[in-house]
Amino acid sequence: MIKVTYIEFNGTERTVEVEEGVSLMEAAVNNLVPGIDGDCGGMCACATCHVHVEAEWLDKLAPMEEQEDAMLNLAEGRDGSSRLTCQIQATPELDGIRVRTPIGQH
Amino acid sequence: MTETVLILGGGQAGAQAVLSLRQQGFAGRLVLVGSEPFLPYQRPPLSKAFLSGALPRERLLIKPEAFYRQADVECILDTPAVSLDAAERQLTLADDRQLGFDQLLLATGGRPRQLQCPGADHPRLHYLRTLDDVERLREHFLPGARLVVIGAGYIGLEAAAVAVKQGLKVQVLEAAPRVLARVTGAQVSEFFAGVHAEAGVEIHCNTGVVGIDGDPDTARVHTATGDVMEADLVLAGIGLLPNVELAEAAGIACDNGILVDDLARSSAPGVLAAGDCSNHPSVIYGRRLRLESVHNAIEQAKAAAATIAGKPRPYNQVPWFWSDQYDLKLQTAGLLEGHDRALVRGDPQSRSFAVFYLRDNRLLAVDAINRPAEFIAARTLIPAGGQLDPARLTDENVAPQQFA
Repeated sequence: MIKVTYIEFNGTERTVEVEEGVSLMEAAVNNLVPGIDGDCGGMCACATCHVHVEAEWLDKLAPMEEQEDAMLNLAEGRDGSSRLTCQIQATPELDGIRVRTPIGQH
Repeated sequence: MTETVLILGGGQAGAQAVLSLRQQGFAGRLVLVGSEPFLPYQRPPLSKAFLSGALPRERLLIKPEAFYRQADVECILDTPAVSLDAAERQLTLADDRQLGFDQLLLATGGRPRQLQCPGADHPRLHYLRTLDDVERLREHFLPGARLVVIGAGYIGLEAAAVAVKQGLKVQVLEAAPRVLARVTGAQVSEFFAGVHAEAGVEIHCNTGVVGIDGDPDTARVHTATGDVMEADLVLAGIGLLPNVELAEAAGIACDNGILVDDLARSSAPGVLAAGDCSNHPSVIYGRRLRLESVHNAIEQAKAAAATIAGKPRPYNQVPWFWSDQYDLKLQTAGLLEGHDRALVRGDPQSRSFAVFYLRDNRLLAVDAINRPAEFIAARTLIPAGGQLDPARLTDENVAPQQFA
């Protein structure tokens, strides 16, 4: 199991255990983490699962594909740490990853 | 007295309404009634990753069971409703239970249009709408099996793509002159017909079905052109009928769906409707629309929840749709009816291009194939309604963000 910590805009932290291969969006939805909707069901089509990934973890993620890059333009407050959690699969290298949910998704 | 809100329909709209009502602060009694034996699940993967076996059943749920407990929602599953008394605000279920309500959201969805020809009760003929439909279909969805798909719409072509990849022999019969005729323009139809042909799917357009016979294990599909096709499996994807009968019988106005206003209210006080079953006015397109899409189900359910919670917020969004076939993601924004021009940006041969549908140089819709930036740009440009320079739309040196 891979530990993932979601941090709300107000600082509330929730750490959940995620099975390898499951996306960080699905893990959030299944663990009732607020601020991550995943309306499209993980198709990278709605940008409602946007997070800011803490700096030390950014480089460990698989690079963004064109689809994710384009969808992120729909997300409010996009910056260099922005990713869509439906496109991040839990892998052992990500054990301990910390992501912040944007205020606009609450 | 506590207010009671009933949500009839355990699909995408029903699940969203539950979530949105609680998010909007509705604290009364909330009951979700569904006719299927499952909590709300995602339907789009049914003809894609779930059909192929890549996605297990547990991962289809829109929200886990714990969510409904935490949100204090009474879930009544596997129980269709049989009648509605809109004046008395009472819903009767198939198990004779009577549920009173203050407000009711009809999120009853739709059901597959059935073939009307002789032999339409053949045991190897399937439709694809529910989890159970797919589980039944998958029993014979095996390498080497002969599959005849009736109807080259999204469902038929998505299933054909999965099938041919899994080694089934696939033929697609389409009554119209081209595939995806109901939802896209000629260029995109031609492109997808080519992609399927290359993958080994045989597509026959201008070919209606007049009957099915054969023994219980082999369906013989008779076409209007006089051919007979033997199949181990037949899948008909010929459209959806909105589930309006309950509303109609209750005297609620329906016309290709339950008629609602932009706040999702039907003609009966206290009764709302959202999703595939509803028909709403679109300011963007200046006409009524009945949409069959996840986006519409979600956004209209949010609008309905806002109305119920006393924080009305009109529903007026650009429709969008997607379809996955092979390595291709088709994303459509808007509706192309009434266009006078279709402009292609990029080369279809490269499997990455977009088609812009214009009327008087205003953008009505975009089909984007592996072109997310064009799709995103269109979702802003369509409601803005401004005139666009056609030359810029097709100029690959102009970024989609710079179209306006």
